[in-house]
Amino acid sequence: MLTFVRGKNGDDTELISNLDPMRETKKIEIENLRLAYGGKEVIHGISFDVRANEIFGIIGPAQSGKTSLLRCINRTIEFTAGAKVQGMIKVDGQDVSRMKNVYELRRQVGMVAPLPVGLPLSIYDNVAFAPRAAGMRNKHHLDALVEKCLRQAALWDEVTDRLDSLGTRLSGGQQQRLTIARALSHQPEILCLDEFSIAIDPVTTMRIEDVLKELRKEMTIILVTNLVQQARRLADRTMFLWNGEIIELDSNEVMFSDNPRNRKTYEYVNGIFG
Amino acid sequence: MLAEPHRRVKRRPFELVSEKLIEALICVCGFSAIIFVFSIFFFVLREGAPFLSRLQMGEFLFSTEWFPTSQTQPKFGVGALVVGTLSVTILAMIIAVPFGLGAAVFVSEFCAGKAKETLKVVIELLAAIPSVVWGFIGLTVMSPIVINTFHVPIGINMFNGAILLALMSVPIMVSIGEDALKAVPDSYREAALALGATKWQLVYRVLLPAAKNGLLAAVLLGVGRAIGETMAVLMATGHSVRIPKTIFDPVRTLTATIAAELGETSKGSDHYQVLFLIGVLLFTITFVVNLSADLVIKGIRKK
Repeated sequence: MLTFVRGKNGDDTELISNLDPMRETKKIEIENLRLAYGGKEVIHGISFDVRANEIFGIIGPAQSGKTSLLRCINRTIEFTAGAKVQGMIKVDGQDVSRMKNVYELRRQVGMVAPLPVGLPLSIYDNVAFAPRAAGMRNKHHLDALVEKCLRQAALWDEVTDRLDSLGTRLSGGQQQRLTIARALSHQPEILCLDEFSIAIDPVTTMRIEDVLKELRKEMTIILVTNLVQQARRLADRTMFLWNGEIIELDSNEVMFSDNPRNRKTYEYVNGIFG
Repeated sequence: MLAEPHRRVKRRPFELVSEKLIEALICVCGFSAIIFVFSIFFFVLREGAPFLSRLQMGEFLFSTEWFPTSQTQPKFGVGALVVGTLSVTILAMIIAVPFGLGAAVFVSEFCAGKAKETLKVVIELLAAIPSVVWGFIGLTVMSPIVINTFHVPIGINMFNGAILLALMSVPIMVSIGEDALKAVPDSYREAALALGATKWQLVYRVLLPAAKNGLLAAVLLGVGRAIGETMAVLMATGHSVRIPKTIFDPVRTLTATIAAELGETSKGSDHYQVLFLIGVLLFTITFVVNLSADLVIKGIRKK
């Protein structure tokens, strides 16, 4: 199995870029992003890149702007009245604010919210929603896609005999996995997981984490989490966000070592404050 | 914080009694609805009951011969009246349901700010117009329009009445339907849009299924309004006893018959009693409509 260690060691980088020339491309570029809700600024001009096919961890206490940041990427922030975004967000080099087909952008970005929202449809229709919205009609393809996504979300075995029952009837943890399946259903290039594991038991969480490690071959994953250890286990690089500012962004070796560049990072990661 | 030692507060006996009292009062409020419905049914039925023994049910329901004031051989067949009521109502709903639900979706989802507020006020204003005014509009405004547009001999007919009924039930459908759509959590909207759905896909794939019970209730209230409406249909449908062949034929409804004739009967006469039986029939029709809608909703829920 390949280990994707990057950043410090020049040889490693070269080895990986030899294997796959796409690896070092920037999937998302964010420049001087500012976000204000009704005049109150919550993200204060942050800049960073997310590389293609990496798992990018974001940690930080509540109110630090993690969820808002994700919502800026797929422009769902626009639904919040009074939200004002400044700065530049590029996905594949394209400025998202200038994209004409915002629906295509949103299909490009899979989003899993912290509290599961099962749409009031059957389990099958929940997963088939996005492909259908994109115009997929072939029942055969849909069936295969639904099964694949539900398997990836570790839910297939539990719901295989009741795909027609309402998605909202599932337990909280199952609904959360349903939303993961749904986010995968439109085969996104970027998958944003916003504290996906708060409603899921540890065993299932581990199963999904394994899936994420597999998925990163196909897509870029942004993982917002309150579980510092989860970021440590999964991410290639982790960003520590605090009060709308980047405290530190480094590869995991540096972030979770005994001496990261910022003292605050060490204290947060080790539970000394926060 | 509870810095000082906390003393347990004792309930006074008066509070306990008043609690029970309020409970009983609320209970009465709840059951009063049932009591009212049953007593209305009872009193209406009591007025018409003596005639029941002499009534030929088949003839009453299906005969179209309605000659209640004949000296020699009065006939009490309400078939044409039932057909009149149902046909006007159905035609009105064919017009009103798409309009009403469409307007509800527009006001709730596609409209914002000042336009939304203005629309809501105007629509509620529409609901406040008295039915006799609608009837007047049907007689003086709609009738010539119908004659000139469709080149029919009579302007006051089923089509005219159905349009009025549609206009009267649309405001109810819009306000109830909009409430139903507003009750759908915003998280559904956001989840669907985040999946790349367009606004219209959001409406027909998520919002309509999620709000279907409320929307069905909105439609039913509209149907109830249309079946029960009296004044406007009395003035605008032509009030002629016959089975309509086209939508431009004049018809007579159950409600209009009661309103027009009850004042001219002597209390206790056959005619008087039959009119009350018509009331019972109306009551039954609305009951069946509501019950079947209830069953439909339950069927949807079970799925």
